[in-house]
Amino acid sequence: MYLLAGGFFFLLGGLEALLIRIQLMYPDLDIFVGGTFNQLLTMHGTTMIFFAAMPIIFALLNAIVPLQIGARDVAFPFINALGLWLFFLGGVILNASWFLGAGAPEAGWTAYAPLSTPAFSHMGVDFYVLGLQVAGIGTWLGGINFLVTIINMRAPGLTFMRLPMFTWTAFVTSALVLFAFPAITVNLILLMFDRLFGGAFFNADMGGNVVIWQHLFWIFGHPEVYILILPAFGIVSDVISTFSKKRLFGHSAMVFATVLIGFLGFMVWAHHMFTVGMGPIANSLFALATMLIAVPTGIKIFNWLFTMWGGQVRINTASLWSIGFIPTFLIGGMTGVMLGVAPADFQYQDTYFVIAHFHYTIVGGMVFGLFSGMYYWWPKMFGKMLNEKLGKWNFWTFFIGFNLTFFPQHFLGLMGMPRRVFTFLPNAGLEMGNFVSTIGAFGMTLSILIFLLNIVITNRSEQTVPADPWDGRTLEWTIPSPAPEYNFAQTPLVRGLDALWVEKMEGNGQISYAEPLGRIHMPSPSVLPFLMAIGLTFAAFGFIYHTWFVAATGLIFTFVLMSIRSVKDDPGYYIEVEDIDEGVKV
Amino acid sequence: MEPVKTTLPAYPEKATLEGRNKVIGFWLFLGGEVVLFGSLFATFIALRQAFHTGPTGEELFDLRLIALATGILLTSSMTSVMAIVGMHRNDVKSLRTWMSVTIFLGLCFLGLEIYEFTHYTSMGHKMSSSPFGSAFYTLVGTHGAHVIGGVIWMILLVARLPKTGLTVVTAPKFYLASLYWHFVDLIWVFVFTVVYLMGKVG
Repeated sequence: MYLLAGGFFFLLGGLEALLIRIQLMYPDLDIFVGGTFNQLLTMHGTTMIFFAAMPIIFALLNAIVPLQIGARDVAFPFINALGLWLFFLGGVILNASWFLGAGAPEAGWTAYAPLSTPAFSHMGVDFYVLGLQVAGIGTWLGGINFLVTIINMRAPGLTFMRLPMFTWTAFVTSALVLFAFPAITVNLILLMFDRLFGGAFFNADMGGNVVIWQHLFWIFGHPEVYILILPAFGIVSDVISTFSKKRLFGHSAMVFATVLIGFLGFMVWAHHMFTVGMGPIANSLFALATMLIAVPTGIKIFNWLFTMWGGQVRINTASLWSIGFIPTFLIGGMTGVMLGVAPADFQYQDTYFVIAHFHYTIVGGMVFGLFSGMYYWWPKMFGKMLNEKLGKWNFWTFFIGFNLTFFPQHFLGLMGMPRRVFTFLPNAGLEMGNFVSTIGAFGMTLSILIFLLNIVITNRSEQTVPADPWDGRTLEWTIPSPAPEYNFAQTPLVRGLDALWVEKMEGNGQISYAEPLGRIHMPSPSVLPFLMAIGLTFAAFGFIYHTWFVAATGLIFTFVLMSIRSVKDDPGYYIEVEDIDEGVKV
Repeated sequence: MEPVKTTLPAYPEKATLEGRNKVIGFWLFLGGEVVLFGSLFATFIALRQAFHTGPTGEELFDLRLIALATGILLTSSMTSVMAIVGMHRNDVKSLRTWMSVTIFLGLCFLGLEIYEFTHYTSMGHKMSSSPFGSAFYTLVGTHGAHVIGGVIWMILLVARLPKTGLTVVTAPKFYLASLYWHFVDLIWVFVFTVVYLMGKVG
């Protein structure tokens, strides 16, 4: 569900990106200018970060984390469903702005005040505020759910230091979600009060302070980029280790690097604000903290290389995406250090150099990682293998298209092309770079179409997949593909890092179990989460259109449902022993 | 009708996996709430001197009223502890009585806050009158909303208690409600210091 909805929003955000690039293909074009262009780039950024990247990550966390820790389900299935519906309807609220005559939000994905205050923007920003608020609550609940799942529901013997890297990054990511999202929740509340109830938080005439928005936004926003990239690190670690037929080099160093990156992610938000005028002391401290992040990240890069060194590296689509990830993410990281030099940042500020930097980290890092993870876990999730031939086309067109698009943007930025403007003048030396960049964007579009074709073809094929198609090392490969609804018929017993590999090396042929086969308790399905999310969506529209009656009804409806949930207990149901598939031999 | 006394484990709220999940999940929830209130406090501190043409905190606040509200809320924290002590003794009557006292004190606090807010608006201190006003109502109001939520939650639990009885399923709910109540009280200590004391004295 997360994957489907996230994939849909990804296509939407991608389309917006393509339109942006078409407008910037030649100088002086006037296809999407002024407000339309602002709406496109605002929606591209917002959609990609909140409604494409996050849910696709959550889809993988949902599908794989319980399998990797030997759990039957996440800790709170009810909250899981609630989170999904809140995220999805939040996306619907945001995108409804295109169609309701109001026009989409246009204040940039960062929605800086005062640009986003009523004085300088129209109704679109209301959709931004309430759409993100609803979706943010959903994401936040999801974070708590994964944390509890990983803390409390690990199989016997699976100590923290034996957790697979993907689960470790899921853990740190969820912790970041937990502590980062309340900051943007508050920020959106402040903006909402300013826009709807005449609040004066960002009204400088009355002594309000617009820099509060930037602080709160980046206290959320900087950890957010680590929320996006850490799971990709985890995927790459698992994939490289599997396809090198070696345990991950420096597993414990990787764990500490992950935790350290998570921690430092909270210490550096003000590096987005060097030019705000915080003074040299604050700028120096934040510059220093920012550059420190390169240390644990460097540890990770070397550990991946050392894992492959001397391993029996198998090249297929999944490992190609992971191997391609290393150089592209490295470039993104290096330009990050350049931007972290506070005095130099005054030069790079708001140019295409910044655009190139963060697309190299988020696309060259996270998207590559996610593709790798999808090719790797597709058989476990859907019981079929994605086509390898199309997969390689998918990879190479994307890899080339991506570098064509974003590599020239470094130079465009250094030559002074500012971000967020809808055109440029001829004979300023910017034509070539922009033209190549747009061609690259078409390359990536082609690649995504190949991927969609691959899904369709795979879906139609009749093949069946064994439990362990990749000669895997971790627990998810001990159960049938696709995973049954109860995941594990018997809770596995873990006896070391890479639990399945330990058993393979000892020639046991299968994992050992911590419990006898018994009937399995399952939670009942419930319609309440969906209704709750609907209630909040109604309330959001009520606020957007200033109809307090609708807003109040929606909120009360949701609170009544919460009360029903809180007093009613879910007895669940049981799957009897004779209906359970026996364990798989591998 | 009093449910039959059954043998409950020593810590019924943590006796099942579901219970343990809930307790850990709730602590994490409170961790997130700390950031939420932290952001609101930071905003308030940044704007606490931005009075524009509206009244200042020094003109508005009456520390006697606030001290009374503080006393009531801190006492209710103690009574909610008594309720949980009763629960651990498997004493349903004690649980219900002390929970009810906690609810009553929570309602008293809310009454005082409603009086306070209407009084302030009559003095021209509104959401729109100054950044200080916006920050004040957002911070104190968010705390108040948490109090309302806690009171409704406890009312529901106590009202259902005769029917559900005290089991390993219901025990975590009471435990968490009490935990939540402590948290709300703790936040009030900061509100009292940062908003009222600093507004009056600092």
